[in-house]
Amino acid sequence: MSSTTDPDNDSVSTTRRRFLTAGTAAAGGVVLGAGASVAAEADNLPPNVPEWMKVPGEPTGGQPYGTPSPFEKGVVRNISKTLKQYISAASRTPLQELDGIITPNGLFYERHHGGVPAIDPAQHRLMLHGLVERPLTFTVDDLRRFPSESRIHFLECSGNPGYSKPYGKTASDLVGLVSCAEWTGVSLKLVLQEAGLKPEAKWVVAEGADAAALTRSIPIEKCLEDAMLVYSQNGERLRPQQGYPLRLFLPGFEGNMSVKWLRRLHVTTEPVYSREETSKYTDLLPDGTAREFSFYMEAKSIITRPSGGQRLSAPGFHEITGIAWSGHGKIARVEVSVDDGKSWQDARLQEPVLTRALTRFRLPWQWDGKPAVIQSRAIDETGYVQPTLAELLAVRGENYFYHNNAIWPWRVADTGEVTNALA
Amino acid sequence: MRWLETCGITVAIALLAFSNEAQAQSPYGIGRAATAAEIAGWNIDIGRDGSNLPEGSGSVSHGREVYAQQCASCHGEKGEGGLGDRLAGGQGTIGTPKPIRTVGSYWPYAPTLFDYIRRAMPQNAPQSLSNEDVYAVSAFILNLNGLVGADAILDAKSLAAVKMPNRDRFVGDARPDVKR
Repeated sequence: MSSTTDPDNDSVSTTRRRFLTAGTAAAGGVVLGAGASVAAEADNLPPNVPEWMKVPGEPTGGQPYGTPSPFEKGVVRNISKTLKQYISAASRTPLQELDGIITPNGLFYERHHGGVPAIDPAQHRLMLHGLVERPLTFTVDDLRRFPSESRIHFLECSGNPGYSKPYGKTASDLVGLVSCAEWTGVSLKLVLQEAGLKPEAKWVVAEGADAAALTRSIPIEKCLEDAMLVYSQNGERLRPQQGYPLRLFLPGFEGNMSVKWLRRLHVTTEPVYSREETSKYTDLLPDGTAREFSFYMEAKSIITRPSGGQRLSAPGFHEITGIAWSGHGKIARVEVSVDDGKSWQDARLQEPVLTRALTRFRLPWQWDGKPAVIQSRAIDETGYVQPTLAELLAVRGENYFYHNNAIWPWRVADTGEVTNALA
Repeated sequence: MRWLETCGITVAIALLAFSNEAQAQSPYGIGRAATAAEIAGWNIDIGRDGSNLPEGSGSVSHGREVYAQQCASCHGEKGEGGLGDRLAGGQGTIGTPKPIRTVGSYWPYAPTLFDYIRRAMPQNAPQSLSNEDVYAVSAFILNLNGLVGADAILDAKSLAAVKMPNRDRFVGDARPDVKR
C-alpha cells in the first residue's frame, strides 16, 4: 500500500547542511554586507571571528511564535507525494532527525480520515450520553475546570508499517507513524463519574467532529483505567492536526481510537461496530478470518541513528541510538546486535523509563569499516520480546496489514551508507 | 478495641454513603444537562442490529440515481473503486492470497453501511444526504453485491435483516501470537 512507504521521500539530512551553508544570510533574515553573502565557510572558522559575532542579531521578540533555525528546514514531516488523495491520509515524523523521546508538536505524525477541521472552541461541545444517570454537555472551559493531569505517552498508528513490499528506506518511512508527547487533560474516569455510569455500561463510543465523524468503541475498562480527555500537548493547546480543541487519548492503544476533535461519548452495552472497527482496523489472517477489536500496540523498537538514508563518515566510534515502546507498559530492556543477529547486547536506557512512552536507548559502537547489519529488539515489562518480520509473517501473512512490530535491521556498507536490510 | 473497630466500620460506612450521595449529585457539578432533543440531533450511531436507524426508506432504483451523482466519480460506476474504496465484488477472495475487501465480501453488518454513508459520505459533503437517499444508496450498493434484489426497498427493518456473507468470520484478538 503506497501510504505505508515512501521511496521517493529520502532523508535530506546529509545534503541539507551543504546546501545551506552558502546562502543562509537571506534565509536567516539577517542583514549583512554584500561581502558576507559570498563568504567562504572557512571565514567563520578558527582562527577567524565568525561574522555573526560582529553585528547584533535579530531583535528580541522578532518571532512571537518561535520556529526552528532555517538551517533545520529539512526537518519536516515525511509526506508521500504519490497518494491518491490527501483527505484520508497520513504524514510521518522524521524519527531519524530527532533526539530524546518528545516529538515537537510541528513534527507529530498525522493520520486524518476526513481532513483537519477548523474548530472554533467556543462553538465546540462534548456530549456525554447513553447509559449514564445524567446526560451532560461540556464546553472546553468546563473540561478545564476538572482536576487536570499531565502524562507522557506515545501515540502510534496501527499500520506502522504494513507487511508487504516495498519497505521504506528510512526510519521515518518505516515507522514514522509513532510520536510521543506530554498530554494534559482530565481523566476520562472523572468525567464519566460526573454523569454517573449505569451498571450495564460496557463500552463508550467516541465520535470526532471532523468530516469523517470518526467513530470507535472503547471498552469501559480502558475508559476507567488510564484514558484521558486531552486539551494540551507539550504544554500548549493541541494543534488542529492533533484534535484541537479536545481529543480522547488512550495510552498504548492504536492511534485512531484516540479520537480527535472529540464531540461525543455514547455509553453503551456493546460496540457500535462502526466502519472503522469492521471494514478497517481489523487484521485479516491467511485463513480468511479477521481479528477485530485488536487495540494494543505491542513492544517495538527501531534504531534511528545510524539508520536508512544516513551515512557513517568514517570508521571508529559511533553511538547507536533509537527508540523503543510498548502499549503494554514499560520497556524493560532493549538489545542491540551489530553482527546480523548472531549476538545481542543490552543497550543503555535513558531514564526515566515511562509506561506507554517512547524510551531512548543507546549503545556505544566501534565500527571497523566492514559491512555490518545492526538491529534492535525491545522487551517490555510483561516479558514480551519484539519478533522478527519472518516470525510475524509466518503467523499473520502479508494481508494482516496492521500491528506490524517487527525488528527492523539496517545494513551498513563498507562505504558507510546505511540502507534497509530487508528491502 | 472492639469499640474502636466498630466505630471504624461505622465511619467507613458513613463515608461510603456520603460518596454515593455525592456521585448521585455529580461530584464536581461541572457541565450542564444534555436535552433529549440535543442528543437526538447528534446521536447518529447505528447499532449492528439496526438500532437507531431512522424512519424512511429507499429503493435500489433511486439509489442508482443518487450513486451516479454523488458516489460514482470516486467509487466507480459499478462500485469497482477508484479514488475511493472498491465497494462491490470480491466474495470468495477473503481467504486467498489476494483478498478483495468490499462491502459485499468483508463488511459484517449491513446497518453499518447506513451509519457510515450518513456520517462520512460523500467525502466532499458529509451529512448532506437525506435519510431516504442514504437508504437508497445503501440498497444500491447491496444490490451491486448481489445481496438484495433490483426491486428492493430498504427501511430500518429490512436493512437490518440483510445477512452479510462475511459476518461470522471475525474473531477476537489472539495476540501475543508470536511467543518465544
